Amino acid sequence: MSTPHPLAPEARALNGRDLAGLVLALAIVGMPHALRAPWWLALLTLALYGWRGIVLARRQPLPAGWLLLCIALVAMFGVWTEYRTVFARIPGIVLLLLFSGLKLMETRTHRDAAAVVFLCCFLLITNFLYSQGILEAVMMCVALAVITVTIVGFSAPQRPLRSNARSAAMLLAHGAPAALLLFLLFPRVQGPMWGLPQDAQQAITGLNDTMTPGAVADLAQSDALAFRADFVGPIPPPRQRYWRGPVLSEFDGRTWRAGPAQIAEHPRRLDGGTTIRYSVLLEAHHRPWLFALESPALRPPHANFSTDGHLLSMSPVRTRLRYDMTSVAEARADPEEDALTLRRALRLPGGYNPKAKELAQEWRRASSSDAEILTRAVDFFRRSGLTYTLEPPTLGQDSVDEFLFSTRAGFCEHFSSAFVFLMRAAGLPARVVTGYLGGDPNPIDGILTVRQSDAHAWAEVYLPGRGWLRADPTAAAIPSRLDSGLARSVPGSGALPLLMRPQLEWLRGMRYNWEALVHQWNIWVLGYNPERQREFMSWFGMHGADWRNLTATLLGAMCVFAAALLAWSLRHGAQPDAVQAAWLRFCRKLDARGVARAPYEGPRDFAQRATLGAPTSGSAIRRISDLYIALRYGKDRAAADVAELKRLVREFRPI
Amino acid sequence: MLRALRKDPRWVNWFYGFTPPERGTIRLGHRRVYIVPSRVGWMFGGTIAILLLGSINYALALGFALTFLLAGLGLAGMVHTARNLALLAVNSTRVEPVFAGEDAQFRLLLDNPSRFDRPSILARHVASGAQVVVDVGADSAAEVVLAIPAARRGRLALGRVMLETRFPLDLFRAWSYVEPDAHCVVYPRPLFSALPAAGTHAGGGKSRAFNAGSDDFAGLRTYHASDSPRHIAWKTVARTGNLLTKQFSEDAAAELWLEWEHANPALDLEQRLSLLAGWVLAAEQGGARYGLRIPGTEIEPDRGEAQRAACLQALALYEAR
Repeated sequence: MSTPHPLAPEARALNGRDLAGLVLALAIVGMPHALRAPWWLALLTLALYGWRGIVLARRQPLPAGWLLLCIALVAMFGVWTEYRTVFARIPGIVLLLLFSGLKLMETRTHRDAAAVVFLCCFLLITNFLYSQGILEAVMMCVALAVITVTIVGFSAPQRPLRSNARSAAMLLAHGAPAALLLFLLFPRVQGPMWGLPQDAQQAITGLNDTMTPGAVADLAQSDALAFRADFVGPIPPPRQRYWRGPVLSEFDGRTWRAGPAQIAEHPRRLDGGTTIRYSVLLEAHHRPWLFALESPALRPPHANFSTDGHLLSMSPVRTRLRYDMTSVAEARADPEEDALTLRRALRLPGGYNPKAKELAQEWRRASSSDAEILTRAVDFFRRSGLTYTLEPPTLGQDSVDEFLFSTRAGFCEHFSSAFVFLMRAAGLPARVVTGYLGGDPNPIDGILTVRQSDAHAWAEVYLPGRGWLRADPTAAAIPSRLDSGLARSVPGSGALPLLMRPQLEWLRGMRYNWEALVHQWNIWVLGYNPERQREFMSWFGMHGADWRNLTATLLGAMCVFAAALLAWSLRHGAQPDAVQAAWLRFCRKLDARGVARAPYEGPRDFAQRATLGAPTSGSAIRRISDLYIALRYGKDRAAADVAELKRLVREFRPI
Repeated sequence: MLRALRKDPRWVNWFYGFTPPERGTIRLGHRRVYIVPSRVGWMFGGTIAILLLGSINYALALGFALTFLLAGLGLAGMVHTARNLALLAVNSTRVEPVFAGEDAQFRLLLDNPSRFDRPSILARHVASGAQVVVDVGADSAAEVVLAIPAARRGRLALGRVMLETRFPLDLFRAWSYVEPDAHCVVYPRPLFSALPAAGTHAGGGKSRAFNAGSDDFAGLRTYHASDSPRHIAWKTVARTGNLLTKQFSEDAAAELWLEWEHANPALDLEQRLSLLAGWVLAAEQGGARYGLRIPGTEIEPDRGEAQRAACLQALALYEAR
């Protein structure tokens, strides 16, 4: 029993075809990593792949272990100098790429090759930490196909590649339904199960809970997606597309900050207005707030209202999140507000912006009511001739004064900051609201795409008896910002993101189609979360499915599928040959007449004996046996002959 | 207790689903095909588990897709591995006798009735470890020759043969045991010594007079140009390159009886049988008509392959009473 097992992977040496398959698979899964890795490491890995190929082609021995160890140590030192650590996520992934090359260098047998295949799987999944788009999915499918063909080749080295590819295709086709069942029914939990590593959260572009001059302008130069909204009815007009985000009411002279958030279970009372129903697919931004059109009337699951009128998720949005929303546009606000909030909305740091304070005091003296002050302020901005620019000049200590009276150019944060400052100085409670304004409707699927370049900041002023009113000083000064978006509002599009430039219409058309596809992908594949899973199950009449129902359903479905697959394998194998079946039927008929075929008897001998036993049927017996011999042992098998044999046997009546 | 159960053939036969030896065609039903993950298969399972944990923790939708595709692939692989073996038909064919000490060549015919090919099927003789890997094409048969050492004379039963496959993914190992009713007659290992003297023949007692004629082969001599080509010992020519002529004796009655008593009684049973086997070979080589007389068996004098086989088989299957 000590003879080596010829089917054991450690006993089978790697051949050229196996290696080619492995290198191809590694090249596919390693490519996106290589593009991110330091150039020298990508080249080193590629060189290792090539070296392994040369070693195999020239039948040289593999390099010694100490040499590979040296390469590994030197490369690890290189990674350390690059990232100052080797234990974080990015250097770890980069090292995984390197190890794929090193492992290939010591791969002699199919046992090592299996380890390389597993490495391929880890390289595939780590790529999804960066991006999970359609292209990555296609890449995964291609890589899996190559890997499967390669593994099939391991256990059938003599078989032609075509046959192995056919086997692999059949395997993948049989595995796919099981994978789909698992994907849909495997009980999803809202991760993470344990803390994410420190570097899991990379610099994400998005709104912040602080606002300094220039912050939103920086953000507005990013083409990155903020969220998409799918409206039940028509998309509301641009002037209603104020997506409310963090509300900033603390000011220290330079920076606006959100105050301590108070949580409310119910929205503020809203009267009148039009109801808008839609769903939002929010990109992960690692912050708790959710965006909704003003004014939100519905609370998504696992989220609360904040007393200042925006939505707060119970945990930071770490994955793409989909929620259904209802908002009421142009509603009359709730006039009630608690005194503390109003006091905070009046607070101003002393000693800043004397000119602006002076202007506000002047309005106060000249006006008879708060409403009149507000009108004067809006009027001031409308007539001010302030310039809207993505590249605002830097401001000094008295930022509001400099913006209003000297530089006279700024982005929305300058406008809103100055406006709120003026209102507070005039004695009106006011605050800055950040969020997004507008969005790009996709004509293909009617979905509104909101990008970081739509980031906006506006103001809210409290009038006694009327509640908080929206005042957008940017829109007052530059009316085109409201209706035409950023692109036509900023003169000279040098600083604009590429796709926001109006000249590239054809590119936008292509982009719309692609984005419509990506949106469906995001909802159905990437956004398939516990809620979506419950929704899916409710289509089949299972409402409120928990993990127990799901597990039971999954097990049941998998058993049915496995049984079907097994039945297929049995059926496929046991398929009786039509010719053989006819012959056996013929034998049974003769058996019933007392002429049984002996196991050793060939058809010719049996026919001779049967003719003696039933002489009157002799000619029929001879015809059947001759036809059977011709069909069974002859070269060609005509369908007509098979049918003829079947007919003869059917009509055969031995006497 | 368990060990006792494991050795009890009734239990073993029930477990493996057949009672050996099996006559005729053995069809490997699904009931007889066993399947477990191979070591690579366990590693594959571990990989899937790690990928699943990563996908859950980082909420990677495509990670789930990859994990589940691999799991589905594994499931399909299991069914395909079992399919590669199931419903294969095993037939054993005639086994040529061998002398003790040689390898018996057992031939198994693996008949694939299906429309798909079945690559990489290992046939391994459990007792000896003799093993062969074959590919069985679609709707055809492949022959497996297992060379099994025949140590002792007698009837050598093939015993249990394991058929195993790991195709297509190496993740699972499917196997089945068969024990076809195949035997090999193992002749005693021949012991070469001088043929017994003709005078001591118990039955015939006739002298061995060699009159050159054409009836009975008597020996070889160097070729003369006048010799008939029909009498040239072509086999010897082929072997040695020397032209020799067969001499025949006219005495048809010159018969050689190989008898149990002639073998040295000091030797033990097996050595006496070996001695007799050596005589049979020598007598056949010499071209004489020879008969065999051992306790319980008497074979009338004759010559030729059939006679040689009959005598050797009698010796092979001789059992002392």
